[in-house]
Amino acid sequence: MHVAADRSALLRRLMERLRQRLFRFGRDEELPVVLSQRRIFILPTGSGLLFALLLGLMLLGAINYELGLGHALVFLLASIGATTILHTFRNLSLLAISPGRSEPVFAGDTARFVVHVDNPAARARHALELGFADAPAGTVVFAVASGQRSSVSIPLPAPRRGLLDPGRLTLATRYPLGLFRAWSHPHPLLSCIVYPRPLPSPLPPLAASAGGVSLTGNGGDEDFAGLRLRQPGDPLRHVAWKVAARDAGNSPLLVKQFAGGDSGERWLDWEQLPADSDVETRLSLLTGWVLAADAEGSPYGLRLPGREIAPAYGEAHRAACLEALAFHGRR
Amino acid sequence: MAGADRPSPPLERGTVPWLLAAALASAAPHALHLPPWISALGAVLLLWRAWLWQQEKPLPPRWLLALPVLGAIVAISGEYRAFFGRDAGVAVLFLLMAAKPMEMQTRRDAIALVMLAYFLLLTLFFYAQTLLVGAWMVATATLLSAVLIRVHGGAQPARAIAALAARLSLQALPLALLLFVIFPRVSGPLWGLPQDAFTAGVGLSERMSPGSFSSLIQSGAIALRVRFAGEVPRQDERYFRGPVFENYDGRTWTMAPDAGAPPPRIELAAGSRRAIDYETTLEAHNQRWLLALDMPLVLPADAVLGESFAALAREPVRQRARFSFTSAPAFVANREESGRMLLRSLQLPGNVNPRARALASGWVAESGGQAPERIVERALALFREEPFAYTLQPPLLGRDAVDDFLFSSRRGFCEHYASAFVFLMRAAGIPARVVGGYQGGEINPVDGYLVLRQSDAHAWAEVWIRGRGWLRVDPTAAVAPSRIERGVAAALPVGDALPLALRIDAPWLRALRDRWEASNNAWNQWVLGYSPERQRSTFARLGLGEVDWRPLAIALSATAGMVLLALAAAAFLRQRPRDPAERAWQRFCRRLAAHGVIRAGWEGPLAFAERVARERPQLARLTRDAAGHYALLRYGKGTPEDLLQLRRCVRRANRMHWRSPMNEDEA
Repeated sequence: MHVAADRSALLRRLMERLRQRLFRFGRDEELPVVLSQRRIFILPTGSGLLFALLLGLMLLGAINYELGLGHALVFLLASIGATTILHTFRNLSLLAISPGRSEPVFAGDTARFVVHVDNPAARARHALELGFADAPAGTVVFAVASGQRSSVSIPLPAPRRGLLDPGRLTLATRYPLGLFRAWSHPHPLLSCIVYPRPLPSPLPPLAASAGGVSLTGNGGDEDFAGLRLRQPGDPLRHVAWKVAARDAGNSPLLVKQFAGGDSGERWLDWEQLPADSDVETRLSLLTGWVLAADAEGSPYGLRLPGREIAPAYGEAHRAACLEALAFHGRR
Repeated sequence: MAGADRPSPPLERGTVPWLLAAALASAAPHALHLPPWISALGAVLLLWRAWLWQQEKPLPPRWLLALPVLGAIVAISGEYRAFFGRDAGVAVLFLLMAAKPMEMQTRRDAIALVMLAYFLLLTLFFYAQTLLVGAWMVATATLLSAVLIRVHGGAQPARAIAALAARLSLQALPLALLLFVIFPRVSGPLWGLPQDAFTAGVGLSERMSPGSFSSLIQSGAIALRVRFAGEVPRQDERYFRGPVFENYDGRTWTMAPDAGAPPPRIELAAGSRRAIDYETTLEAHNQRWLLALDMPLVLPADAVLGESFAALAREPVRQRARFSFTSAPAFVANREESGRMLLRSLQLPGNVNPRARALASGWVAESGGQAPERIVERALALFREEPFAYTLQPPLLGRDAVDDFLFSSRRGFCEHYASAFVFLMRAAGIPARVVGGYQGGEINPVDGYLVLRQSDAHAWAEVWIRGRGWLRVDPTAAVAPSRIERGVAAALPVGDALPLALRIDAPWLRALRDRWEASNNAWNQWVLGYSPERQRSTFARLGLGEVDWRPLAIALSATAGMVLLALAAAAFLRQRPRDPAERAWQRFCRRLAAHGVIRAGWEGPLAFAERVARERPQLARLTRDAAGHYALLRYGKGTPEDLLQLRRCVRRANRMHWRSPMNEDEA
């Protein structure tokens, strides 16, 4: 009993390895993914089969009418067809694929995955088709000159928030004659963050500041409240240029601090939303707020169940907030 | 079938000129045999399409196109009085080819057009399979590859596309050649052919009426090629026998139906040991006679000897074909002849040519009816001594054609002489008949073949003399000996217009023609005439002996596989990273990856080694060693010693796998 279970587990592991070795279902860890002989597959296309059928018919005709030249034509075409197997194969082999950066998108938009394809060989590659195995509609056709890199941006609809995993790539080609299709399924780590779809709605009112004047670095910008060391992300207009000019740039830059004008903090709070709306709607509303607050330029904080992001502003802050919304309840 | 079922992508504008070129290349040669109106319609359609492209106008709707095409198809079936015939089928294909560019929207349409073009190219061979057509075929097949490359590969410079297509053809050549030589040949036809599968070629016909030879002599087309195993027989021995005419109606000589006589007997003449072995390559002439050299002793397996000594095939010769014979230039043929045959060779129409009959009766009375040879001699003397002239433009003859010829016009041609002579013999009671065929011919110095053209067509006579059998008598030789010795051109009087085909005087022109015809002959022998028999003899010559189907198929696939493998090896050996250090380093990294440490693409060797040292201290030394050697080889002053060390590291990494990978401290 025990032994049998062991054996079946072993068998399963072996099958898994075989599958992985033959069809490369797993993720490719080593980058770039180089298309070697083992990972390229090739089969005749529909036109290839039609071509073979036509050659068969032509051979019958040549035999029947005893056309010596007809035999020659059929054999020439058959050999050209066979030769293109190698050409099609070579059009794909040794291409190196590495994932690029994909910009986050909102749910319902189209994500664009950037994939870099390097051609180390001395010949150009033509008519390469790159797309996702599970969503061939977005397949992009491109070429790579010898020794060059092509960066391909593959569109993929992003219907839901979270981390979009496009799955395996399909890199295929029918070049030169379209009689054969060679393909490979590289599977580098590709992902795109999908923020919730924003729902525009009026921003919540400012909450009364607990400590009156806030002296956090990202306070308001009405009343001057002092200087502190500049940190990356501080707006340039808050830099104390006069101070910097005085000591001829020898000391680090300082920024002016202001006390919030309204002396209130903006909290985008999960709890402020109507309790009867579902999670996704709440996240969408929060996303809309984040965008609106970011457009306003004033600091804002985000409160989610089990997660709080202190008020701040700027590109990084916005991204952090949206990411928190995207992954809420997901990780 | 591979690939997703996505709608076929639309065609780019830039592909249109390529597709038009493909349509043109595959269709244009057919204009040589199609009725002019069909060719004109095709040209209009293609030009229209080119104009639409140039003007960037949209294509007409399909129904607008369907109307003229359907109309033309109906007209074609009227023109050929058949819809399923071969020629009508080709005409319809031609039309479809010309119309197809009008409705090209997607890539699938383009592929359909190319496939149609392949097929149309094949049908061209019904009409011609010359060397030129062969060259055209290779060029068009290459062009069609280029079209497919353009359609599938997107815009590239035309020269790059053409170069790739040419490369494909060149690379395919060895395999194609191999297939051509060793692919098992089957003799056709596999099924019944339509009635019009064979168009009549030029050549002798079953009847000889006035003018039938002189029109044949205008043609320089080749009728027969002969390769002699030994010495080439003399010109005046080279009589190649075609139809034998025994029935005469006063105007036309025709072949007689079988009389049911016993099989003919041909022997070598007493004292002659000379038998001639030769092989003929006969052009298709749609007749059964095989034009053997007089008189055939040994026939090919599928031929029979007719009652009048003509070698006959079982079926009319509809393809150029090869035959082997043995013939006796000096022979005794049917010393004994059946009464029925003799009777047949004596019949004459009543009431015509009274003067000729009277002349013959006079000769009989003179000789006492005893020595037929003397009568033959008298008739030949008549031709020799009276002012007879040899000309290709004889005057028209009246109802008593032989009388008119013998006593008034006296100008004629082999058919006139043979016909008059046989008439005289029969009138004198000597069995005689007219034999049609080819005489003389020329040796092509390039390949040594004897070439007989239509212009060598000839008619001579044959008489039967008791005790000696059938004897050949050529009355033309009596009038114009040079016709027999040197050919028609030499025999014609000065001022007589020479047929175009015979007007080749300039030696360089003649040499050019010889060379051209010799290459055509080689083409015919080895490409077009590569029959099951020739395939067997080729294998025998290669020392393969008798080869039958199965080993042949095995050899074929094995060799084809090997050729492909060799090509593949050549392709991939070039692709492998050449740098041995890089290869070893990659192997090493793969090994480490199996242990869970994966090198990132951007990670240099030394940085990677440091990370490995952190994450897997037990692998630190090995990885540092390997990385160090590799870095030296790759970026510094590496020595062969470094490469050896690097490889040693790889081996150690390999071995480590079989022990406990995690606790390994390099051994």
